[in-house]
Amino acid sequence: MSDKGYLLKEDDLHPLSIGAALLGTGGGGNPYVGMLRARELIRKGAEVRVLPLDALPDDAWVGEVGGIGAPVVGVEKIEEGGECYRAMRAVEETAGVKISATISAEIGGSNALEPVIAAAYAGLPVIDGDGMGRAFPEVQMTTFFIYGAKAAPAAIADEKGNVVVFKDVIDMFWLETFARGVSVNMGAAAGLAIAPMSMEFVRRTAVPGTVTQALQIGQTVLDARQKRQNVVERVVASTGGKLFFTGKVTDVRRELVGGFARGHAHITGVGDWAGSEARIAIQNENLVLWVDDVPVIMVPDLIINLELDTGEPITTEVLRYGQRIAVIGLPVHDLMKTPRALEIVGPQAFGYPELTFNPLQPQAVLA
Amino acid sequence: MIRIGIDVGGTNTDAVVMDGATVIAGVKAATTGDVMTGVVSALRAVLEASKMDASAIDVVMIGTTHFTNAVVQRRDLAKTAAVRLGLPATASLPPMVDWPEDLKAAIGGTGYLAHGGNEFDGRVISPIDEQELLGIAEDIKAKGINTIAITSVFSPVTGDFEKQAGEILAKALPGVHITLSSDIGRIGLLERENAAIMNACLRDLSKHVIEAFRKAIAETGIRGRFYLTQNDGTLMDAEFAEKFPVLTFASGPTNSMRGAAFLSGVADAIVVDIGGTTSDVGSLHKGFPRQATVAVEVGGVRTNFRMPDVFSIGLGGGSHVVETGSAIKVGPTSVGYRIVTEALIFGGKTLTTSDVVVASGRYELGDKSKVAHLTPDLIARTQERIQSMLEDCVERSRLSPEPLPVIVVGGGSILVDGPIGGLEVIKPNHFAVANAVGAAIAQVSGEVDRVYALAEIGRDQALADAKERATEAAVTAGALRSSIEIVDVEDVPLAYLPGNATRVRVKAVGELHVG
Repeated sequence: MSDKGYLLKEDDLHPLSIGAALLGTGGGGNPYVGMLRARELIRKGAEVRVLPLDALPDDAWVGEVGGIGAPVVGVEKIEEGGECYRAMRAVEETAGVKISATISAEIGGSNALEPVIAAAYAGLPVIDGDGMGRAFPEVQMTTFFIYGAKAAPAAIADEKGNVVVFKDVIDMFWLETFARGVSVNMGAAAGLAIAPMSMEFVRRTAVPGTVTQALQIGQTVLDARQKRQNVVERVVASTGGKLFFTGKVTDVRRELVGGFARGHAHITGVGDWAGSEARIAIQNENLVLWVDDVPVIMVPDLIINLELDTGEPITTEVLRYGQRIAVIGLPVHDLMKTPRALEIVGPQAFGYPELTFNPLQPQAVLA
Repeated sequence: MIRIGIDVGGTNTDAVVMDGATVIAGVKAATTGDVMTGVVSALRAVLEASKMDASAIDVVMIGTTHFTNAVVQRRDLAKTAAVRLGLPATASLPPMVDWPEDLKAAIGGTGYLAHGGNEFDGRVISPIDEQELLGIAEDIKAKGINTIAITSVFSPVTGDFEKQAGEILAKALPGVHITLSSDIGRIGLLERENAAIMNACLRDLSKHVIEAFRKAIAETGIRGRFYLTQNDGTLMDAEFAEKFPVLTFASGPTNSMRGAAFLSGVADAIVVDIGGTTSDVGSLHKGFPRQATVAVEVGGVRTNFRMPDVFSIGLGGGSHVVETGSAIKVGPTSVGYRIVTEALIFGGKTLTTSDVVVASGRYELGDKSKVAHLTPDLIARTQERIQSMLEDCVERSRLSPEPLPVIVVGGGSILVDGPIGGLEVIKPNHFAVANAVGAAIAQVSGEVDRVYALAEIGRDQALADAKERATEAAVTAGALRSSIEIVDVEDVPLAYLPGNATRVRVKAVGELHVG
């Protein structure tokens, strides 16, 4: 095995889960349960190495795995443990290849930890990168699919021992439809593995370094808390992000459209934004931020809500009246901003035809 | 209705007698190690102060932090078995996986995974296996454990498996205490299981403490019924409280905030409860404490109780005042309940915040000559420091720019004089015993938290069903049916689930039914 990269330590998992929650931009599911599961495995002696994108040869195979289901089920029907691993083995068998490393489809939220857990089961490393650099609601919204990854063979596994293989699926939209349906039958919590990708392809298409990025964001948050510093300021300074609004949530309206929670949060400014009003569109994740009716951040750039005092990331499910929040904008990776990518993850793709993607400018990283 | 409210804190046991909405008398007594002696003294003192005969008392309401303190201090906890139903699901995380090691060790750390459990829509994950449970029962018996917490996956949706397993284990192990998670918590397996296990490990203690309360009340000649207050400021009767001690966990801050609202007549405010060692600060919305939105830890364990969002700082009437060079340090260390012997004004040797207040001439307490030597400069700088600590924590609890009043209660209220951060300060009558008043005015509630498929039954019907279940739960808990109001309705659509699955939470509250 390569000696590049670094071994994940037990102490890394808590900060990794905090950084993943933050990169979840309001969605992605709570990584707490995944963090505990990874910790149990590492405590029992599992070794998981985080490998940079240049570590493996071009012809090595990389397996993308992640949980699929409903976040609320994830906190109640906790995994048996081997769901993603069994799905990955089924994909290997069907494709007739041997997987050398796992990778995350989305670093934001609970799916940051699933590839680590599958890697621990399989005795494999995990690649330092992912397919989003954030969280998005559907499986086709990854750089892998945007740049031509095959949808099949894919497999989905539950806790009971059922494994369903999708042998031929014509595109990623069909895979999303089928996998979503089967996951509901499996009790809305299952492990999904997608067709193995060559390392050469992953090197070109993955958002690089995001496992390390999540880990470092989490370490910054914990360090700021320990030193009783302003967490929001430290996160902004260390990520190259920018503070766009601080305020108090005055209203949250939600509705379900086609299985996805859509809605708006209204925020009344405090501090530097006293006298201003902001609005955030949400569909599982935060999609668009308007300040005084001017759109200032939009997908695929990251809109991150943190509790003003504690710096705790606030998911769209717990967003409610009275919370005091800071809204941070973080530029998404360039791979997510090409015309091809914007067709899948730009504002139009989320139902905002009137908006033209206006990318955030990267800020200097100060600490 | 003549009521007595009692608050049994770590340091003081406070009691009030109330006739309807009027506070007739309030007293403070020292909490004792056996609980009972302190409660008896407080009851006798308050009856005497109110000139009431014991037979005139209709009902006694008790708020206590005894069970919270037992968990926090890891004392008087019983060896407990945690049985989880859900295999093959949940195998990755055994019970108590995220507990602090010392607490886990204090209750023996015994956990079992068994078959059972339901899906979100009620389907069965795996059937319950009686032989498996009997095997577990044998092991529990061999370990000499007499209290069990049973948690089944999605039991808030359907609790049948927990009941079945409870019956099997109770039959195999006569006399064992059984706690079912669906009786205590909401969706969120680990947090609900944690609460059930903490409840189970307190069952021996609760039997003892409730019995002590019962005896204390009987000894003073009171024949009215007695109740305990829960996290949300509502009541449970003594038999119920004995089974569910965990539900008292946040009753302390809740009672003082509810009492502050009642005594001041102000429903929207910031409340600062200043005790001997700490100040608890929270905000009141429509007379009830604002609830925390994130998972609340008790003794280092995550729970999903709805608890008041309270922020504590190390400032109280007994806080140490130390001059270091040009700076003044106030708290977080404190003489606590030893203030009556250790503070300068009581002939002791330690400079405390109360000494400074007395030296400033703002309040008469103890022997003023003992603090005559404190310089005006020291007094001024200490008061500045106290003021800035109070301003900080009030600002943190402030949710809007509107100028809400600050209600100050608790025995350490003498530290406050004049506005805090420009906000008006209200010190209501009986401020020192606000927590006992909060207990005395408590109502009765019932709550449900369920997932409904709105595609099947429609939102209106789902809400109606949830309201009916909450109302029935309130009646079962002792509420007068005609007085019940639905105080809280929350419906949250669940992403990625078919049939417009929606989680509905409803809380019903009513007046206590006496008679």
